[in-house]
Amino acid sequence: MSQASTEIVRISGHAGTVPGAGVNREFQVCKLVDTTTCIGCKACEVACLEWNGNTFSETTFDNSYQTMPETAWNYWNLIKFNEHEREDGSMMLLMRKDQCMHCEDPGCLAACPADAAIVQYANGIVDFQEANCIGCGYCITGCPFNIPKFSPTARKVFKCTLCNDRVSVGLEPACIKACPTGCLHFGTKSEMKELAETRADQLREHSGFPDAGVYDPPGVGGTHVIYVLHDAKNPELYGGLPKDPHIPYSVWLWKKPLKWLGNLAIVGGLAGLAWHYMRYGPKKPEPIPPEEDRRA
Amino acid sequence: MNTDAVTRTRTAASDDQELMTRYSFAERANHWFGALTYTYLLVTGLAFWSPYLYWMAAIVGGGPTARFWHPWFGLLFSASLFWTFKEWRRDMQVDASDRAWAKAIPFYIKNEDEKVPPVGRFNYGQKLFFWGMLYSVILLILSGVALWYTEALPWNLRYFRYAAVLVHASVALITIGLFLIHVYMSTLMEEGSFASMIHGTVTRAWAWTFHRTWYYEATGRSQPKQ
Repeated sequence: MSQASTEIVRISGHAGTVPGAGVNREFQVCKLVDTTTCIGCKACEVACLEWNGNTFSETTFDNSYQTMPETAWNYWNLIKFNEHEREDGSMMLLMRKDQCMHCEDPGCLAACPADAAIVQYANGIVDFQEANCIGCGYCITGCPFNIPKFSPTARKVFKCTLCNDRVSVGLEPACIKACPTGCLHFGTKSEMKELAETRADQLREHSGFPDAGVYDPPGVGGTHVIYVLHDAKNPELYGGLPKDPHIPYSVWLWKKPLKWLGNLAIVGGLAGLAWHYMRYGPKKPEPIPPEEDRRA
Repeated sequence: MNTDAVTRTRTAASDDQELMTRYSFAERANHWFGALTYTYLLVTGLAFWSPYLYWMAAIVGGGPTARFWHPWFGLLFSASLFWTFKEWRRDMQVDASDRAWAKAIPFYIKNEDEKVPPVGRFNYGQKLFFWGMLYSVILLILSGVALWYTEALPWNLRYFRYAAVLVHASVALITIGLFLIHVYMSTLMEEGSFASMIHGTVTRAWAWTFHRTWYYEATGRSQPKQ
């Protein structure tokens, strides 16, 4: 990473201590989405499109603010609008900015068969390298958040990069820069976690949301996009945010035990056949004994 | 037991090497079409199976090309197998004699073939290979379609994807096992088998040794009473 070059260890001809020596910089980045202060303005969607060179997609009308059902290969950032009736009969409009969660244990990466098509950086960003993508779509199966999307024209899969190109030169992601309410934050994982917990505390103690909390699901090792939710006990209310996301069990079975059993069986089988040939040798046609073979 | 060794050798030499037709041209062409398409599926499939075998995709044009053609070759291979089913389904019917043969498999493996009952056009092992491949291919097509058009499956049908990745890989492994045994038996193990799939003919001795019931059926010669 580029930051490594700024950590000075020794300075030539320098009297006294080395400034900054021994400072441990946290690499892990994080995006915090505070759904409780989102106004659904879609500025983040526009910024995402603009920065990443994607054009506007056609919208679909479904009697709500929802412009399209889910993210697309060329639309990586989408606010999910959900009308929710509370126990006291009042209505709430839950708005959640949906994008790649940048899992610590990414299911897309576990499922991908192509060398270097998916890369996880030390700062936590999980990025698709389309040049290496073969378009098999296994990442779509591996993802518990329904994020990777296939482009039929490019025959490759695309998703949010957490603006890897911006972050690597010290800028915040485009969506963060565009947010007018400050519901989007960007920083180190520990800072964002602290900020999120503080906000959740505030919601629980002062704003009448006793179930408010932070969404940083442990099933995928935590994520580098975290949410503050009014109701952390029911994340499904926010446009299908899974309660306990994890890499699908079948993907795990396929990539771990089945793979090694299969490899062992193939190699063992080949060895077995070689052993059989050396031990028993070929079967040869035998001459037909005349008394066995009578003409009709 | 034959005591007159000289006579035996003389008659055997003139008769044993005579050729009999075992596979028609269409059967052979179909076999090699299936073999070629299966090999393509094996090479590309193994490339997707393990990172240590990903280089195999490079020899058939690279990852994206392999991903594009793998499903189409799957359909071609299936077509070849379904044609085989149409042509051979009677010859491949498992019957009472196969059960006796199945019991004698240890002797067959140990080359003690005199203890193995006589078989018709195909032995029980060949029938197992055929039906194994046929049912595997049906499962591979069903799971393969879910993998071919993964992105077309909506999110609430994602469990089809989860099942498909497991089924496709497991069943493919079964076909690899069947394939290895098939290739081993027909090239290294049974002399004359490989040539028969190229030229379509076998010697009388080959037929009498390996497919005795078929030999008597095909030649119309009378089989001695046991």
